[in-house]
Amino acid sequence: MAGKLDLDPLLVARARELAAAAGRPVVDLARTHTTVSVERAMLRLFGLTGADPDGTPWVNRLVDEIVAQNGLAGGVVLPAMHALRRYQPLRGASFGEGLQVLAQKAAAGAVSFGGPFRGAAREAAVRAARRAVSKLDATRLTREKLIRRYGDAPRRPWIYLIVATGDIYEDIPQAVAAARAGADVIAVIRSTGQSLLDYVPEGATREGFAGTYATRENFRLMRAALDGVSRELGRYVRLTNYASGLCMPEMAALAGLERLDMMLNDSMYGILFRDINPIRTFVDQRFSRQIHARAGIIINTGEDNYLTTADAVADAHTVTVSQLLNEYFAHEAGLADGQLGLGHAFEINPDLPDSLRLETAHALLARELFPDAPLKWMPPTKHMTGDVFRGNLLDGMFNLVGALTGQSILLVGMMTEAVVTPWLSDRDIALQNVRYVLSAAGDMAEDFVPAPGGFVQQRAHRVLGEAVELLERIAAGSLLGAIADGTFGIMRRPPDRGRGLDGVARMSEDYFSPFDGLLP
Amino acid sequence: MIRPYGDTTGDGMVQTSFTLPVPAGRRADGAALQLAAKMGMEPAMLVHSRAMGDGHTFFVVYGRVRHAVDLGAVTVAERDFPLLTATEINTAVKRRLRRKLAIVGACIGTDAHTVGIDAILNVKGIAGEKGLEYYRELTVTNLGAQVSVPDLVEAAAGADAVLVSQVVTQRDAHLHNTREMSAAFREAMPAHRRPLLIVGGPRFDEGMAADLGVDRIFGRGTTPREVASYLVHRLAGEPS
Repeated sequence: MAGKLDLDPLLVARARELAAAAGRPVVDLARTHTTVSVERAMLRLFGLTGADPDGTPWVNRLVDEIVAQNGLAGGVVLPAMHALRRYQPLRGASFGEGLQVLAQKAAAGAVSFGGPFRGAAREAAVRAARRAVSKLDATRLTREKLIRRYGDAPRRPWIYLIVATGDIYEDIPQAVAAARAGADVIAVIRSTGQSLLDYVPEGATREGFAGTYATRENFRLMRAALDGVSRELGRYVRLTNYASGLCMPEMAALAGLERLDMMLNDSMYGILFRDINPIRTFVDQRFSRQIHARAGIIINTGEDNYLTTADAVADAHTVTVSQLLNEYFAHEAGLADGQLGLGHAFEINPDLPDSLRLETAHALLARELFPDAPLKWMPPTKHMTGDVFRGNLLDGMFNLVGALTGQSILLVGMMTEAVVTPWLSDRDIALQNVRYVLSAAGDMAEDFVPAPGGFVQQRAHRVLGEAVELLERIAAGSLLGAIADGTFGIMRRPPDRGRGLDGVARMSEDYFSPFDGLLP
Repeated sequence: MIRPYGDTTGDGMVQTSFTLPVPAGRRADGAALQLAAKMGMEPAMLVHSRAMGDGHTFFVVYGRVRHAVDLGAVTVAERDFPLLTATEINTAVKRRLRRKLAIVGACIGTDAHTVGIDAILNVKGIAGEKGLEYYRELTVTNLGAQVSVPDLVEAAAGADAVLVSQVVTQRDAHLHNTREMSAAFREAMPAHRRPLLIVGGPRFDEGMAADLGVDRIFGRGTTPREVASYLVHRLAGEPS
């Protein structure tokens, strides 16, 4: 590693070994447990859609009924396939429609999901899983084809802009306008509280709060609109949403089917910031990332969030530790380096002397540790005060550090952060800021070489050293123990507490997933 | 009487910016100047106008505003409790309450907008301040969205304080829900066992606490530290 920071390659290798040692027991846990959301994601991949008149998705009704009868430990796929064969639905109905009829009958209490389950049910499940995986493959190939046809973003970093009106039909024109103004990636922020819903709402929605509900239909509508503007602009505009909260795997499934391009997917965010049970999160995370891997989706991890709660200087090494853990879990789930949008942020208090040098050291450390990852660089939020003039300057410095350190995805900072949801003019001013800095200094990474042994190198070495020390401590105990003790983002989250625990089960001997061997 | 200060006392100079849904051009500029005049800026200088896509124009206007402010007529709602730091809050609870202070939070009724309660309770907090979960000496239970009043009353048995946030104001739902909640607590438990009732939301009038039957109302811009300081003030006495 002959990088700009002169990092010790042995220490870097040691950091990765320790991250693997800390992560391995959690992966074992994920391999031996299932969750209601993992099971629902499988049925969604099989094509089960729609919701009952109260808005509860059929996939929830079906899984709830099977779990009520059989428990969760054996999985729902075999009982569903077995029953599907016995309660033959309408002739000529598609497989997904057949499942919906089954769900309706099950919800009415008319289906018994008892076994024994014969080979035929197992074969039907494997055939359905193969069809599902080829659908994921097809959307991935369509993306690749459209990127070839329209062209890709003209430069790195990709410019990432957020829309969040609550109404998908308002979001669409705003997203199209943002793309025309230079955005390479559009992220649709979710309605507050969606991460705690144990179901994915159905249909196009117009009344989210501080964000728009993530639904399959909203995904489809937005992707279609961005395809239109991509054609017009001659560059493929990417779409982002969230695989987080209680429905991580289902979100991943829907994103894979509707050709979303990036998903926020962090290994620990839900645990720390939404008090979701740690085991639920790690199990859900693994399956969601397996789907992302197959669907060619880039994940965005959430390390920036730690720095909004913890101190961005004192706890800088927790970001590095989390990046290494996210990398280990992602590789284990089959994601390639090019799909790892590891996160970090410009959140150091600007009143601190040398804050810009510290930011540069941290950003460059991430760049050098993960040379092939599309790093996501997040703008200041914590120290944005409502002084919009100072905010615009801070955003400019953030853009400059992004350019100097070769970041890959740049979330556009808004001078009105902490004031209002961005106005039309706020976005325009923010994009002018980005365009100016990238045009003036976009290639300055080439000229920028920190002095050997100087402040930036020393700081990066120190953060890496502290990260290795923390990883030693975690690997000596356990990652679940570290999370329970409040090592990350300050919150204590024990493994026997938190939301969604009742939707977790240890797999029984006869547990069956038709996706074993099909997904990475 | 005072006026804005540009570079000379009494010059009344202000700066403002806004967007009009009008394509950029002379007509748009004229519209901006007309608005500035109606806002009391006369003469107004249009120093910047820029197209925002096809149908909108952004303006920056400088000018002399004809209004003046009567300082004597300014009224300020003063905070009636001291604002403490996180350390002071933890120390006060530990020394004076000698146990953890238990808080139950929820969005009640049909309100699914947890943004307010999450800002106050979640460790992530708001505006650079950590939420109440972060405080070592506070035990926080966040029941989340759409919690029914009976469920809240049950969950709050034994708690020191109940925090409820209400964002939706359609047909005064926030006022109706708050009254229902305070009445349910009065009915379910005697006054000395009732937890402190606190509501928050952007559309509440902070002076309505008595009318709504709660102990305190917090409005827009409230931070977790203010809420925690208030809890200490009410539940853990004042510093000696």
